[in-house]
Amino acid sequence: MHNPQLNKHGELQHLLTTEGLPKAVIHHILDTAASFVNIGNREVKKVPLMRGKSVFNLFFENSTRTRTTFEIASKRLSADVINLNIAASSTSKGESLLDTIDNLAAMHADMFVVRHAQSGAPYLIARHLQETGQHHVHVVNAGDGRHAHPTQGLLDMYTIRHYKKDFSQLRVAIVGDILHSRVARSDIHALTTLGVPEVRAIGPHTLLPSGLEQMGVRVFTDMNEGLKDVDVIITLRLQNERMSGALLPSAQEFFKSYGLTPERLALANLDAIVMHPGPMNRGVEIDSAVADGPQAVILPQVTFGIAVRMAVMSILAGN
Amino acid sequence: MKLHIKNGRVIDPINAIDGVQDVFIDSGKVLAVGVAPIGFVAQDVIDATGLIVVPGLVDLCARLREPGYEYKATLESELHASVRGGVTSLVCPPDTDPVLDESGLVEMLRQRAKGHHLARVYPLGALTLGLHGKELTEMSALTGAGCVGFSQAEQIITDTNVLLRALQYAKTFNYTVWLRPQDPFIGVGGVAHSGPFASRMGLSGIPVMAETIALHTIFELQRTTGTRIHLCRLSSAAGVDLVRQAKREGLPVTCDVGVHHLHLTDADIGFFDANARLSPPLRSQRDRDALRQGVVDGTIDAICSDHTPVDDDEKLLPFAEASPGATGLELLLSLVVKWADEAQLDLATALAKITCAAADVAGLSGGKLTVGSQADICIFDPSDEWLVEGRALASQGKHSPFLNYRLPAVVHTTIVAGRIVFSRVS
Repeated sequence: MHNPQLNKHGELQHLLTTEGLPKAVIHHILDTAASFVNIGNREVKKVPLMRGKSVFNLFFENSTRTRTTFEIASKRLSADVINLNIAASSTSKGESLLDTIDNLAAMHADMFVVRHAQSGAPYLIARHLQETGQHHVHVVNAGDGRHAHPTQGLLDMYTIRHYKKDFSQLRVAIVGDILHSRVARSDIHALTTLGVPEVRAIGPHTLLPSGLEQMGVRVFTDMNEGLKDVDVIITLRLQNERMSGALLPSAQEFFKSYGLTPERLALANLDAIVMHPGPMNRGVEIDSAVADGPQAVILPQVTFGIAVRMAVMSILAGN
Repeated sequence: MKLHIKNGRVIDPINAIDGVQDVFIDSGKVLAVGVAPIGFVAQDVIDATGLIVVPGLVDLCARLREPGYEYKATLESELHASVRGGVTSLVCPPDTDPVLDESGLVEMLRQRAKGHHLARVYPLGALTLGLHGKELTEMSALTGAGCVGFSQAEQIITDTNVLLRALQYAKTFNYTVWLRPQDPFIGVGGVAHSGPFASRMGLSGIPVMAETIALHTIFELQRTTGTRIHLCRLSSAAGVDLVRQAKREGLPVTCDVGVHHLHLTDADIGFFDANARLSPPLRSQRDRDALRQGVVDGTIDAICSDHTPVDDDEKLLPFAEASPGATGLELLLSLVVKWADEAQLDLATALAKITCAAADVAGLSGGKLTVGSQADICIFDPSDEWLVEGRALASQGKHSPFLNYRLPAVVHTTIVAGRIVFSRVS
């Protein structure tokens, strides 16, 4: 089956998922990002790589943070950015998703950054662009349903590489609501591709998807066991609407079993880093003492995120 | 009209006929197979040299979308699709708008279908009013209007007590109840088989237990009521096992499988291909293999097309938002022939599942070429193949997971009641 995110030369046409992304492509993105990290510290925070290009941020699902980081990244590349919040579902809007795409493509868009509540929506867009012969338009998945959030996955890889240098000796634990997490999926695929020997997933059975082991993951339900000797801890956000109901009794009970406290963090390796894709729920998935502690790299993640998104967009625009 | 079909390879599973023979038709009935009756002078002769002559196919699940969903498909378009696919009798579920829960509607539908002089249409009546799962329909009146059984289509009765009462009432008159085994709660909102593929793609899953729990409930109710039940579109290996046990136990149960499920698995969703969004969902390879085995060993009685025309507006959407279903009437024969070929199964055994065995499930008189029976016949070319393309289909449903596949078996001529209703050559 043709991988829709690569063009016929094997180059990145769209960024839809970290799954199946060649290791060399990932490292190329991370290397490119490294060259952009310091641009934020300059007096003129801009490079002209995407001058004259139009980037459309298409957010079918609300998001301030991700949209903002893409907007900043586009602007630092000198692209023109148009933000469209089409928060209402495509069906209730009256206009279909693909009609929206056709209209915007007719305005000579060069890139769509797409956030959608349904898994696979960016694939539908990418396939439609291909079928209608609009090969010059690139799609960046900014989060689709539970499926993928590849730029978050890549910025997590950047962060891990920055602090740990080498992937080949690491134990990485991902903690919390794996079931609903596109970040967890994108991290797992990227970590296994980069050769991390042990990727762990920790959570209650209600928040672990079936067949998780087949993604190359060791599954733990006991947080204390799962954190033992790990080098990297990625805590996931627990959505408000999932804090009580049939999946979990309460946020307090979740914190009791799966909250990252200083005591639990002590079970990991002494130099372990703590990551979180944000926004954090302090006292639910993470204790403030950990979030603000010396091992947390949550704010550097945000900074690296801009550079990684710049790297992805500039590479796509060049292909 | 006297018709002579000569030199074809006649396969009539119920009469264990498989060989080159002639078929003679008069006044809408099969007059003779083999030697021409004395004094028979044909008004029309079909040369079926190199072709296969079988009873017209019987499809146990084809949605015609009328009344109510004419924007998706019409009786006319779908009945044309039917005869192009060699299907001469079809059973349609009651999930139209309005629902087939009232005898007048059923009479009207049958009348309109008859007016097209194409395939024969046998509706299923709704088991409960509006398919709401609360009040029983007038089953006796509906049967009088032509319903061959009662069904909830894709709606599930959540109140088990209502299901018990419906089965008891149906049993009173020996009606057959057609149910798709699906738990009303587990897997709700799910769009794909629960498993590694759905987990990877971030699609919400429908676990196999949604089917098995429902089967346990149905069989337990059957043990008390003795109602004859036809299970629609089994999807899992565990489900096949349970049906096998139930049959061994002697419960009055039959079942079918959708033809897509004999070929495809959840891996065929590929990169979110909404054409592979079906209900029940495509399951694992293990399940697919068990379904194939179930058909071979007789646990599964019949294969249906599960014909569900869906228009572009409801299909060109993100996977989970797309309507489930695929067009099937024109693919049924080809997919069964393809399966028989892959499974190295005798063609007569495979074709029985879409002719006599299917007719038997629905209590229909078709599906055979016995002398004196209705002359419903499909003649196809087994050595030819065709490319599945939306625009080449007569059905208004243009979506199929088999788009761009080359499939074996091309229908040459379809005959209903001795009348040629479709002919590729003319």
